[in-house]
Amino acid sequence: MSFITDTATSFRREIGPTLRSWYYIIFGIIQPLLYLGLFVPLLTNVPTGAEGSPLQWFVPGMVVMLVLFTTVSCGWALTEELMSGSFERFLATPMSRPAILVGRALKELAPLLVQALIIIVVAASFGLQLHILPMLIGLVLLLVFGVGVAALSYALAIASKNDGSLFYMVSHSVALPLMLLGGVLLPMEMAPDWLYIASRFNPLTFLVEAERALFIGEVFSVTVLYGALVAVAVAVVGIAIGAATIRKASL
Amino acid sequence: MIHARDLARTFKTKSGPVEAVRGVSLDVAEGELVAFLGPNGAGKSTSVRMLTTLLPPSSGGALVGGHDIVRDPAAVRRKIGYVGQGTGSGPYHRVRDELITQGRAQRMSAADARRRADELLGMLELEGLADRDCSSLSGGQRRRLDVALGLMHTPQILFLDEPSTGLDPHSRANLWGHITRVRKESGMTIFLTTHYLDEADMMAERVMIMDHGRMIADDTPERLKADLAGDTIRVSFLGDGETVTAAELAQNLPQARDIAPNGRSLTLTVRDGEAILPEFIARLQAKGLDIATASVRRPTLDDVFLGLTGRSLRENAVAA
Repeated sequence: MSFITDTATSFRREIGPTLRSWYYIIFGIIQPLLYLGLFVPLLTNVPTGAEGSPLQWFVPGMVVMLVLFTTVSCGWALTEELMSGSFERFLATPMSRPAILVGRALKELAPLLVQALIIIVVAASFGLQLHILPMLIGLVLLLVFGVGVAALSYALAIASKNDGSLFYMVSHSVALPLMLLGGVLLPMEMAPDWLYIASRFNPLTFLVEAERALFIGEVFSVTVLYGALVAVAVAVVGIAIGAATIRKASL
Repeated sequence: MIHARDLARTFKTKSGPVEAVRGVSLDVAEGELVAFLGPNGAGKSTSVRMLTTLLPPSSGGALVGGHDIVRDPAAVRRKIGYVGQGTGSGPYHRVRDELITQGRAQRMSAADARRRADELLGMLELEGLADRDCSSLSGGQRRRLDVALGLMHTPQILFLDEPSTGLDPHSRANLWGHITRVRKESGMTIFLTTHYLDEADMMAERVMIMDHGRMIADDTPERLKADLAGDTIRVSFLGDGETVTAAELAQNLPQARDIAPNGRSLTLTVRDGEAILPEFIARLQAKGLDIATASVRRPTLDDVFLGLTGRSLRENAVAA
């Protein structure tokens, strides 16, 4: 019970400044829209395996990419508070450690959900077919996945202490190969064998495939199940590592 | 309220283990105001971080507010307010929001948190700043907000780690005015660390001096000064050569030490110098010596630290 109220306390604290500068959420949507406008037309003759508009294939992968890149770097915001002492202030209260992290992660994800919804609405007017319920399930999966990645990012921020460039280097050298190997930009079916095999070892691949299935309205399938398992596993592992890092940290 | 036994903490570093705190035992009774005094790196903050559950001890243990810091840290956290060395408030957050968040983090109801936040904004003269971003506050205002954050849930024990470091003299005095008033009204136990001698001397009822990870003295400032430093008496004479006779007379004073003639003046260290000086003057005059000036200098805690370690705290503070 206290986990939920503590998560709410943490979320409410962090979302305040975000809501006051809500226009940044709009700026954050420019890059995804550029992909839709300037990249998706290239996919017109690419065999994606999906029927209809290439948007149907590309949008779910891109939303995964958006969540991955935002959450992987959100530990950055924590380094400032680690140095100033305001994070320590919460550690001296009875707040649940995982709840502190989850609340912060949800604050990162709330604007992402808004952005994802805007992207879906915009894409719908250019040919994306809407399957409301499966798509919402897809967003929930992303939320679960994002909380896990954010918690790992916080753990990395705490572990790299005050070294901001170390944090940046590590987080991006993890996120970029995951994204490329996840088949976000082009179908992995086109890849040479070694690359295809490598992509099968990337958990993100399964999440991307699950999102694509959900975006064409498929819910009860093995693809979706694997994606859901990946999302839950990332969340569980991420929160466990994040909480353990806080407990062991000598800030 | 606080009972620590052999509290120790070793940090692993690249150049080998560093023993930051080497077995500190202490007891603080309810309602006391005690200060950890020592140079930077003496282990004051590390000790406080262990007592506030922010850092697990390498060995030893402590009860804070009746709870074990290792076995039941959550219960300790409910009893204590902690004002760390850094800035507690977040730069992009608003003053009143931060107070309410703090209350919620301490499991207060939303209504109680709002009421208490307004109360503290008034008490610490922050009313006009309630809706400002914390980054826009001055150093003194920000520190008052830190104290307000620590007081939100009306803790039984308040830990203040270097509360006035970096503040100008006016802001320091103002902050201390607030802290002493809060204490008078609530009877709260207060544990502070400082490297300001005058602060420990004026504010604390008991001073624990730390150096190199150990506690080397623990008493009231008055007794520390009387026992470990003593008063310095200085007498100067009109004629030459009179200090020789004076020094001989000084030998007979109770517990006189460091008797040092220097030109036409003589200094010596005694206990209770204000009572001894008139008697000493009478004896000097009985020998027919012509006294030009006479003074007693009360010792500072720096003299105590100097007497204990052979180093001055001031040099340390400046070097750091």
